[in-house]
Amino acid sequence: MRIYSTVLAALLSIPAIAFAADDADLRALRDEVAQLRAAYEKRISDLENRLVQAEAKATSAESAATKAEMAASTPAATPTGANAFNPDISLILSGQYSNLSQNPKDYHITGFHLPGSVIDDIKPQRGFSLTESELGVSANIDHLFYGAMNFSIHPDNTVSTEEAFVQTISLPHGLTLKAGRYFSGIGYLNEQHSHTWDFVDPPLAYKAFLGGQFNNDGVQLRWLAPTDTFLEFGAELGRGASYPGTDRDKNGSGASALFAHVGGDLGVSNSWRAGLSLLATSPHDRQWDDSDAASVAVSNSFSGSSKLWIADGVWKWAPNGNATNTYVKLQGEYLRRIESGDLTYDPNGASLGPSAGRYASTQSGWYVQTVYQFAPTWRVGLRGERLDVGSVDYGINNAALLRPNYAPSSYAVMLDYNPSEFSRIRLQFAQDKSIQGMTDNQIFLQYQMSLGAHGAHKF
Amino acid sequence: MVNKPIKPLLALAFATFALPALAALNVLACEPEWGALAEALGGDKVSVYSATNAFQDPHHVQAKPSLLAKARSADLVVCTGSQLEIGWLPILQQQAGNSKIQVGQPGCFEAAKLVHLLEVPSSVDRSLGDVHPGGNPHIQTDPRNIALVADALAKRLAEIDPANGTYYQDNYKAFAERWKAAIANWERQAAPLRGMNIVVHHKAFVYLENWLGLQEVATLEPKPGVEPTSAHLSEVLAQLQRQPARAVIRSTYNDSRGSEWLSERAKIPAVLLPATVGGSDRAKDLFGFFDDTIQRLLAVLK
Repeated sequence: MRIYSTVLAALLSIPAIAFAADDADLRALRDEVAQLRAAYEKRISDLENRLVQAEAKATSAESAATKAEMAASTPAATPTGANAFNPDISLILSGQYSNLSQNPKDYHITGFHLPGSVIDDIKPQRGFSLTESELGVSANIDHLFYGAMNFSIHPDNTVSTEEAFVQTISLPHGLTLKAGRYFSGIGYLNEQHSHTWDFVDPPLAYKAFLGGQFNNDGVQLRWLAPTDTFLEFGAELGRGASYPGTDRDKNGSGASALFAHVGGDLGVSNSWRAGLSLLATSPHDRQWDDSDAASVAVSNSFSGSSKLWIADGVWKWAPNGNATNTYVKLQGEYLRRIESGDLTYDPNGASLGPSAGRYASTQSGWYVQTVYQFAPTWRVGLRGERLDVGSVDYGINNAALLRPNYAPSSYAVMLDYNPSEFSRIRLQFAQDKSIQGMTDNQIFLQYQMSLGAHGAHKF
Repeated sequence: MVNKPIKPLLALAFATFALPALAALNVLACEPEWGALAEALGGDKVSVYSATNAFQDPHHVQAKPSLLAKARSADLVVCTGSQLEIGWLPILQQQAGNSKIQVGQPGCFEAAKLVHLLEVPSSVDRSLGDVHPGGNPHIQTDPRNIALVADALAKRLAEIDPANGTYYQDNYKAFAERWKAAIANWERQAAPLRGMNIVVHHKAFVYLENWLGLQEVATLEPKPGVEPTSAHLSEVLAQLQRQPARAVIRSTYNDSRGSEWLSERAKIPAVLLPATVGGSDRAKDLFGFFDDTIQRLLAVLK
């Protein structure tokens, strides 16, 4: 603008030079030009000032508008319409490749009497297979209840209902009541879905005493004490259809459970929880296949009472409690089962016929495992476990039935890669000595991914 | 709360377990900034426990036993919302047996509902990383957001505890006045930061950037919530050749390796900012948090 005004002034002064008459005229002319120039320059600088002011005004108007927008903005629009109430849906996709050095056809745990259907559930598979892939649906039902359902799709193309329960969210005094089918609150791992476990398979003791994992149809009442230290008590009554119980057609309860948990923090970096649980079931005609002292294939049946005690503990450490980059988790459980009742020893068509007698056993097992996240996406884990065949008394059938003196054990090491919170790829090596005289060297490569609703960060 | 006959029994059984404060309003803050704010507004009428500290990524916390115990006795939970605590707050609500803190109850306070959320995705897909459908939840880095939340929180405290309503309102007035003056002061101090290009570890500073006029040119995380990879860090380094930045910024809970790697190669300072109150020696309260944040950023220009 300034250049323009100078040029303008210069142009105006040209005619003045051309028509120069005398000094007075010239001076008058020059004065006139100077006046003109001053006038123009003033007007231009006025214009410039006005422009600067306008710009400033525009900026302040803009920021005022932004402020107004920020102030006026209400929370992000909530969805409307019927689907706004759609429940949370989550899908767990899981599959694996297994390479086993032993044929799983003969899978059993020496000295532990597992029904055939349980063995089918827990025995490993060779080659490629789906592992438990899960569909979960959950939501608050109303101001009083929450509900959830989990279907599990098994490798053999069957679907089972892992959980389907309703639960209160508004009872007073720290009480929570749950009804339906749910994973029992006993132990530490039992209540967690298998895709959150740190190893491909459940511990041996869970296989031997719970058939992998125990779910129950029934009711559960939990009470959380109003203390600064976490203290929780729970009681369950249920059908007890799954191992170690059996299905029954009777009024009343076939399985009851009691559990207590205590936990807290030690400083900012450590958290822990310990628990003690009791699961009491009354199996009726629980059958399993075995071979007797004469190596004859037999079928046995047990009716009576089964009590399983579980002591569990878990301790987690993360620097400043920030588990994003690194953490250590140490957990262990000890399970002890006491059974007593009647055992029918049936040598399947042999001339002797069935023989009924008393049965009493006390058996136990434990595992200890640790997981170390050494980099934000990488974890290693180590698990050691052992079962104690304990004392088994077949009463009058003691001579006919085998009581092997063998302690099944297993070691596993795993490495997993977690590119995000929603995906995991795991490699696991295990040396499984469940069967006397046989060592199964196992290699598993597994994926576990979740999509849909954000997973829960359970302790 | 407890029947008379079992009271002595309880006292005996739980002799070692301290009972939470009964007189004051029990506030469970999901993050320290809301704990500090609740303390500023509630004074001695509230007993505040913060579920996380400034060194913990509030997204990756577990519903650990200590938090369940605190949730059980809470009269009010004060959380960010916008799915920041989605992994653990719903479990606390489901398992604590406390009707007061359920969604929709006065005892469940979500700060993100009160502020204008940035980076609200138009579509959500997990291939984009751990995106928050409601918008970026790291709202505490803009003091103007704190001011909006303070107003609502004071009202909420009064709603839950009407007997002390005027106390909360008086505290709010005093706080708001100090806060307004502090904001003006911070804005004056931070004026030289306007237009400064920065690289961030996680998209945790959008509100700070929006407030102070910082320009975020790259993130170390390839996708939100996905830890930096060496391939992505190399890309960021190459990008900085074309589009230089003055600093690489991370929160107290971020792994330092990514920003140190970049700092060394791009020859720009790696700046550690307190994620929230308690994240540094100076960030003792909300005022100190912003004082320190701005001083640490200004140090880049020296």
